Amino acid sequence: MIQFINASKRYPSGFDALLNVSFELQAGEFAFLTGHSGAGKSTLLKLIALLERTSRGQVIVNGQNTQKISRRRIPYYRRNIGFIFQDHQLLFDRSVFDNVALPLIIAGLPPREIGRRVRAALDKVGLLSKEKSSPITLSGGEQQRVGIARAVVNKPAVLLADEPTGNLDPELSLEIMQIFEQFRQVGVSVLIASHDWDLIRRLGHRVLTLKTGRLIADTQGVT
Amino acid sequence: MNRRDARLRDESGARDKLGLGTALRTWGLRHAQVFFYSLGQLWRTPLSLLMTATVIGIALALPTGLHVLLQNAQRLSDGWDGAAKISVFFGLPTLESQVRKVQTDIQQLPEVANVVFISREQALSEFKQQSGFGEALNALTENPLPQVLVVSPKSSTEPTALDQLVERLRALPQVEYVQLDRQWVKRLFAIMAIASRGIDILGGMLALGVVLVIGNTIRLAIQNRREEIVVIKLIGGTDAFIRRPFLYTGFWYGLAGGIMALVFIDGAIALLSGPVERLAGLYHTPFRLYYLDLITITQLLGVSIGLGWMGSWLAVGRHLRAIEPR
Repeated sequence: MIQFINASKRYPSGFDALLNVSFELQAGEFAFLTGHSGAGKSTLLKLIALLERTSRGQVIVNGQNTQKISRRRIPYYRRNIGFIFQDHQLLFDRSVFDNVALPLIIAGLPPREIGRRVRAALDKVGLLSKEKSSPITLSGGEQQRVGIARAVVNKPAVLLADEPTGNLDPELSLEIMQIFEQFRQVGVSVLIASHDWDLIRRLGHRVLTLKTGRLIADTQGVT
Repeated sequence: MNRRDARLRDESGARDKLGLGTALRTWGLRHAQVFFYSLGQLWRTPLSLLMTATVIGIALALPTGLHVLLQNAQRLSDGWDGAAKISVFFGLPTLESQVRKVQTDIQQLPEVANVVFISREQALSEFKQQSGFGEALNALTENPLPQVLVVSPKSSTEPTALDQLVERLRALPQVEYVQLDRQWVKRLFAIMAIASRGIDILGGMLALGVVLVIGNTIRLAIQNRREEIVVIKLIGGTDAFIRRPFLYTGFWYGLAGGIMALVFIDGAIALLSGPVERLAGLYHTPFRLYYLDLITITQLLGVSIGLGWMGSWLAVGRHLRAIEPR
């Protein structure tokens, strides 16, 4: 589903954020991306979401070489990727429902279909009762779950998360991870950047370790 | 049109294979929603909407108002062109009876309102009175002035018909010289043409001003919604999707500014019409100021909406690319 072939990213300043990274993530596979801050975790996710372009090498997602996707086609490409942020990037001027509905509105779905899918997504993250609330009234864990609902509402093939539990206590973090687990089970590829070693060890999935832009370890899970 | 079709297919078909009919209906519905949503957004801050609309209104009212005044002046002077008098001079040996016969002939012509005969004696005495050469003229042994018919065409006569009438009078027997007294009307029209051009130039500059005012307002709106734009880009919103609410905002600003301009112009005309009618009364003419007609109103609103759209298009085009998720 996601394939990196000797991918490198050098920023205009000359800084090498990623160097010759190669790995492959299958459909329905769950992996953690770990390393100290500045190791290149966020850059790697950004290359997949085309927030940044690869400098050398290739990144192939869902059979598409991301280098060959024109600027005009990027929006359509991104609709197949769910992205979850540490600061969840919710819009506070609208309700939970409207936040989750946004990807579907963008995709041009009819209103009835939108209502059905938004409620299904909110149900999955356990927030069906909060659809009319404003995100600002929710707790940190709930806000993150709204972010997840928005990321999965148009059924993407790939789910990326950048430190999704960075601001949460261990118990809530585990809850969030269990939600991701559910999506893996229905065939979604999940890649989560995190440096929460305890949590990673407990879940026992595949772990990709980055250090100063190089992939130094790729350990399979032990479940 | 092909690009739009392709985009429609992209937006809907990329994810779910919806029928084209459903996709079109949803697309139209989405436009209608954004259309009213952008109005609702503006309505939330009525004071700033009112101020922007007033600035646009003043900028548009100035050239349009001058244009309306000029139109009124043209309406007034249209009557004057028809009121031009034609003097028909006869050769000195012509007998008065012959001239009288020509007078009745001319009177029959459809374009002619009335014909006045001025005999040689009348002409001389008038000339003595008005020129101030009375004494000197007494020295003349012979009256040098010819007999004249003064023809007043009907006021509805077109300028070309007037020229034809002059040609016909020139062709009459015994007529030596025909003079159409409308040089001053031509000069007036030339002056009005200059005024009209000046208003066009002023209008062009103020239209540019309107585009920049709306562009700047939209630029601020874009900056205020920066966060939202970033999120929409992150989850796959196209440039067209992001642009849409801002373009409709520009539309509403244009419409509001146009309505403001209408209010200003008709208000000014209402204030002016009293004094103008009094002045016209002193000249014994029934002239009155005309308000904006439906065509001008439609044009004004159309131009104003177009300028609003253009201004926001420029702003969005310049600033949207600069906002990228990082």
